[in-house]
Amino acid sequence: MQLEAYYMNRINKLFNEKSSGILSVYYTAGFPNIDDTLSITQHLQSAGADMVEIGIPFSDPVADGPTIQESNQKALDNGMTLKLLFEQLKGLRESVDIPVILMGYINPVIQFGLKDFCKACQEVGVDGLILPDLPVLEYQEHYQSTFQQYGLKNVFLISPQTSEDRIKHIDSISDSFIYMVSSAGTTGAKDKFSKENMTYFQRIKDMELNNPTLTGFGISNHTTFEQATQTSSGAIVGSAFIKTITNSTDLKKDVHEFVKRLTGLRGTN
Amino acid sequence: MKYDVDSNGYYGQFGGAFIPEMLYPNIEELREQYLKIIEKESFKAEFDDLLKQYVGRPTPLYFAKRLSEKYKAKIYLKREDLCHTGAHKVNNTIGQILLAKALNKQKIIAETGAGQHGVATATVCALMGMECIVYMGEVDMARQRPNVERMRLLGAEVVPAKSGSRTLKDATNEAMRHWISNPTDTHYIIGSVVGPHPYPDMVARFQSVISAEIRTQLSSLEGRALPDKIIACVGGGSNAAGAFYHYLNDERVELIAVEAAGKGNESGKSAATTVLGKPGVLHGSKTLLMQTEDGQVVEPYSISAGLDYPGIGPIHAHLFDVGRVKFESATDQEAMEAGVELSRLEGIIPAIESAHALAALSKLELKADEIIVINLSGRGDKDLETYIKWGKY
Repeated sequence: MQLEAYYMNRINKLFNEKSSGILSVYYTAGFPNIDDTLSITQHLQSAGADMVEIGIPFSDPVADGPTIQESNQKALDNGMTLKLLFEQLKGLRESVDIPVILMGYINPVIQFGLKDFCKACQEVGVDGLILPDLPVLEYQEHYQSTFQQYGLKNVFLISPQTSEDRIKHIDSISDSFIYMVSSAGTTGAKDKFSKENMTYFQRIKDMELNNPTLTGFGISNHTTFEQATQTSSGAIVGSAFIKTITNSTDLKKDVHEFVKRLTGLRGTN
Repeated sequence: MKYDVDSNGYYGQFGGAFIPEMLYPNIEELREQYLKIIEKESFKAEFDDLLKQYVGRPTPLYFAKRLSEKYKAKIYLKREDLCHTGAHKVNNTIGQILLAKALNKQKIIAETGAGQHGVATATVCALMGMECIVYMGEVDMARQRPNVERMRLLGAEVVPAKSGSRTLKDATNEAMRHWISNPTDTHYIIGSVVGPHPYPDMVARFQSVISAEIRTQLSSLEGRALPDKIIACVGGGSNAAGAFYHYLNDERVELIAVEAAGKGNESGKSAATTVLGKPGVLHGSKTLLMQTEDGQVVEPYSISAGLDYPGIGPIHAHLFDVGRVKFESATDQEAMEAGVELSRLEGIIPAIESAHALAALSKLELKADEIIVINLSGRGDKDLETYIKWGKY
């Protein structure tokens, strides 16, 4: 039992230990400055974030709104590459124990080479992947076995338009959590969720899926964070965090204040 | 058929539907419905009628006598430039707006580079009384002002794409983002044989009227349906797909695609994807793509905005891969010279896109009795400014 827990993927471990109020934060690698990648992860951990999603910048991020698009472009202008990202993450597990997910588009992964990519992820201690333009069927046919071989959990998205049958299918092939996109749209901050959003959140909760869900897209403040955590295990925040760090002169302080503001309580050291 | 798309949307190793889950229901609906709808007799009747009465089809297959004399071969021009709106693009937008109606969609979105597809979309939206939003790169809006105003005159809203390089690929990104945000009432009319399955196949089918007509016309003109060569330019590749479609299985017909080499394929300013690209994923399909080692999409360059795209349709990537279509490329200079030449020899000012196809004539070894069909995909009115700037005429 103890041994099993030791080898358990960090994402599974997190959801085993915590079933509500999980905060996962997305940010783009190499942004705002090229060397900020690892230190932001460290600050997020010390501020009390439960998980981080590090974005692999891409020239054409179709699922993202303006804030994340701009951070991608800035990171690329800074000289960020996937190769460099793995260099930067070499010492990751010396200082970070929370789960780390890489999030990005499929093309840079294909160019890096699927196997090399997965191997590099495993070596630096990445736990999972979110690749929005990798479709379910493609994943099952060409990616799943390699991901599993290197202990990587693939996280799928669902949206208000996803049919019940498809959600069940996605649930059946997931073994970490499901990323619940809050509403029809690309990534970006919202002030609060509508009744319609909340009805959808409740509908998914009532499906009693095998995998826990995290709510993302539109989480920006304590209100939306609270709304999201009422019906799922927690929330994913991206654009609002990117905005916070864009012009930051004191990353540590700003990251801590952000987490505190969002969750209402965390952030001590 | 040997070159058809398979049930997962692949042409050989290229194609597929690499889309965010948010778009899955839209793409799935299209995938399930498109053949059912477009193969219905009532759909075909309405499509054919609009192509005839509204677009002005069939377009002539014109024997270009003086051009033939110069190149010592029998050269026919498929006059897509005589289509309503001035290019072949409208064949596809007519088809897709009828499809959108059959799917009960109320709103239309489109991307455009030079503005030809945007104009063709705005045109059919006016015709059908549907709301139309066209995304166009901010940079392209500035250099294609007349087409922006044409779209507005037709009642469309033109939205500048301000992200990335602010050209065609970014306009496509913005249109996809719009579709993600408005998934239920909106149909996205993609303008080329690109995008997730079933778009490449759907657009190729709508454009296949070009080669269907060539077969009939050549039969009556020459007593044979098969020419020796068919030449077409390729950006995304919709006019080439249409011109090749009904000849793909006639292996003795040599199919030649001409890409834009810009200032030369070694200059760093080119759009010749089969020369400079590697397999990759953009805008929903796996295809040949111009990109960095790190997988970032590279901004292409061509004097012709319609060929200025970093990928090609997956069908073309496959046809290139298996050697069914021979790929050539023509530089800005070669294309401009060919455009001026056609103007002088035949009294036809071609679109600069189509001038790339014409430029292949001087690169090929031709036999005196050979029959060559060149797809003249568009007219040059929209390019007057570029011809003037070029100045060498």
